[in-house]
Amino acid sequence: MSTYAQKKGFGATLWDYLTTVDHKKIAILYLIAGGFFFVVGGLEAVFIRIQLAVPNNDFVSAGLFNEIITMHGTTMIFLAAMPLVFAFMNAVMPLQIGARDVAFPFVNALGFWLFFFGGVFLNLSWFFDGAPDAGWTSYASLAMASKGHGVDFYVLGLQISGLGTLIGGINFLVTIINMRAPGMTYMRMPLFTWTTFVTSALILFAFPPLTVGLVLMMFDRMFGSNFFVTTMGGNTVIWEHLFWIFGHPEVYILILPAFGIFSEIFPMFSRKRLFGYSSMVFATVLIGFLGFMVWAHHMFTTGLGPVANAIFAVATMAIGVPTGIKIFNWLFTIWGGSVKFTTPMHWALAFIPSFLAGGVTGVMLAAAAADYQYHDTYFVVAHFHYVIVGGVVFAIFAGTHLYWPKMFGTMLNETLGKITFWLFFIGFHMTFFIQHFLGLWGMPRRVFTYLPGQGFETSNLISSIGAVFMSLAVIVMLYNIIMTSVKNVKVGNDPWGDGRTLEWALPSPPPFYNFKQLPLVRGLDAYWLEKMEGKKGMTPAEPLGDIHMPNSSFLPFVIAFGLFVAAFGALFNMDDKAWSVPVIIIGLLITFGAMFLRSVKDDHGFHIHKEELMEDDNDKGVKA
Amino acid sequence: MHAEEKLTHETWPAEPEKSTLEAKNKFLGFWFFLGGETVLFASLFATYLALKDKVPDTTHTLAKDLFDLPLTFVATMLLLTSSLTSVYAMYHMKNFNAKKMNLWLILTLLLGAAFLALEVYEFSHYVHEYHHTFTSSAFGSAFYTLVGFHGAHVAFGLLWITTLIVRNYNRGLDLYNAPKFYVASLYWHFIDVVWVFIFTVVYLMGMVG
Repeated sequence: MSTYAQKKGFGATLWDYLTTVDHKKIAILYLIAGGFFFVVGGLEAVFIRIQLAVPNNDFVSAGLFNEIITMHGTTMIFLAAMPLVFAFMNAVMPLQIGARDVAFPFVNALGFWLFFFGGVFLNLSWFFDGAPDAGWTSYASLAMASKGHGVDFYVLGLQISGLGTLIGGINFLVTIINMRAPGMTYMRMPLFTWTTFVTSALILFAFPPLTVGLVLMMFDRMFGSNFFVTTMGGNTVIWEHLFWIFGHPEVYILILPAFGIFSEIFPMFSRKRLFGYSSMVFATVLIGFLGFMVWAHHMFTTGLGPVANAIFAVATMAIGVPTGIKIFNWLFTIWGGSVKFTTPMHWALAFIPSFLAGGVTGVMLAAAAADYQYHDTYFVVAHFHYVIVGGVVFAIFAGTHLYWPKMFGTMLNETLGKITFWLFFIGFHMTFFIQHFLGLWGMPRRVFTYLPGQGFETSNLISSIGAVFMSLAVIVMLYNIIMTSVKNVKVGNDPWGDGRTLEWALPSPPPFYNFKQLPLVRGLDAYWLEKMEGKKGMTPAEPLGDIHMPNSSFLPFVIAFGLFVAAFGALFNMDDKAWSVPVIIIGLLITFGAMFLRSVKDDHGFHIHKEELMEDDNDKGVKA
Repeated sequence: MHAEEKLTHETWPAEPEKSTLEAKNKFLGFWFFLGGETVLFASLFATYLALKDKVPDTTHTLAKDLFDLPLTFVATMLLLTSSLTSVYAMYHMKNFNAKKMNLWLILTLLLGAAFLALEVYEFSHYVHEYHHTFTSSAFGSAFYTLVGFHGAHVAFGLLWITTLIVRNYNRGLDLYNAPKFYVASLYWHFIDVVWVFIFTVVYLMGMVG
């Protein structure tokens, strides 16, 4: 395969990425798209903090403020955090289990393009009379009353990107069950693979309720149905239930992969195997299970009654137990280890107290009676930013530094990485710690301004200054990425020197077929095991033979694009525009036509022949 | 085994739907997909139960006066039988008999189409006789959404199985298309099971008020 060594032009590279079904390239696509939306959502956060920095501010109007907070939440959850987590799952999980690709490479690409077009569609709302303004939870009582097309962009955009996430989840589940290398039993799987597995199961069962909720809201807003119209017998609480039956597992969908990334980092840089591996697996599964039992704790003040509130309060507090198990296991992993203070390890060490603070306020909020005081105040804002930023975003930063060499073949600068860390760590606590007190002092969330003389001025100013630090941190990291990419110093298989799992046994980045010969896994931390016995790499589990690979395809892009077109038609159909119905039909024809093509055209993939693989050995080094 | 291998009646494996890695993946992935679909329908059922008989005023017809059991009983029998015929189709698929498989699948399609025709008649009956429409009440919205979602699944299944039959009519069975037939039949069973629940929750429970 000497052709792969050739430098490709920009057009060819672009076409390569538009048609790729390779999990490593899809990971890069997720990283870029998720990173872009992270910056967009971050800018929205900065606008929020500028507006709230001083009382009676008029930096943005009340209506625009509603749009900004809605888009900040929606973008960060659906278009930044989830895709970035998906980036690492795609980049690392197949390598960790010793697979050559995911189970459904075509579906993997389709999942990405659905997410991408859904996200673009949602953000295009800024250019068509206004973004959604009913909050990221889009409660029906607010959403049904929202003028303009904002909420319609929300409904259709999330529907499209949600489909992408759902099929991505199915793909990971099947990959982990069917495609593990010889010897890779379930209880030898790295923790990141385990959390990917449980997360995917959560996605599979949590996203359909959201799909239904969005469909109902779409029908109500666009086709005149009455699910949420109380005068016609409708009930807006149905939306709250459907949204939170999805929404609560969603926070575990985000945090479990973060736990997984930290569970890789602690053993690596403590140079000690993970303490309590099996209890970690147990805790992960238990959190995933309990995650479905607690949705109504978001609805304590809805009026479900004391029995429901009590049950959901107790179930919520129970989640503290497996999470506590994890915290102690991480601490015991560091205990007595020979700790190396790398950038990922900085994030991991900072994660424990930061996330723990969010967990403690979580148990406070779970006390239903007390929640009547906290509900809809800045205390809640502080709580969920402590778990989402202190947990998920820290993990994304840590994962970016940790896996950058595996994804791109070059290390990010460690000094700049640590500067990023300290700026962000200080900024994060500065912004959000004070918000606990703002909430307890009575500042409601989602207000666009406040009056002077209520005791909110200083705290809000401090909070806003913290946002500056976090922004600087992101800028430093972007600079770091650009500088190291320009220098592009190539690194070997195991650039951290302490890799324990299979991905570090492969070149950085790995060849497109990942493993020339599938590795034989002899225990937990498979690569570490071989290194400790003085071997250079993994023992192969099969003789060198032909490798079967999937063909690239442009169809995933086309299928997703068709839905994007149809969504525009559906949206403008509300205004009785003459062209809207043809646009819906054209869009659906594109989608279903491409699906039909995919169905009737045989796609057997291709084989890399043994001789080519052997040739690869000879001109190693030349190959990227 | 490879998907492209030419097989005979003798070399045809016992479980052709799971005999290559691609087939195993498809088999398992489709089961997971059906798991997600179950939650989707569960959400629709919950919505329906919450909004059953929720109408703006007393002029609207309620469930107990609306539904017509003999009609839905016939529809149920049609769909249950179509599930049986798809089982026969899969029996012949496992015996490497493409001709008979196609025959039973076509029978399945006809039964499915008859079910769909009855449903269309039923809906238009409610609209014209009782003014029970998608927009007339929350009850109407929930009813047509739940039963309509199922109907749309049946329609999609008809198109899917038709495409499979037409595409593979002249080339017989191989390990590339056998799993495709198999998951299509799984899908067909699934929409049958969903219908059993609709028959119970919507129609039977509707009759008792």
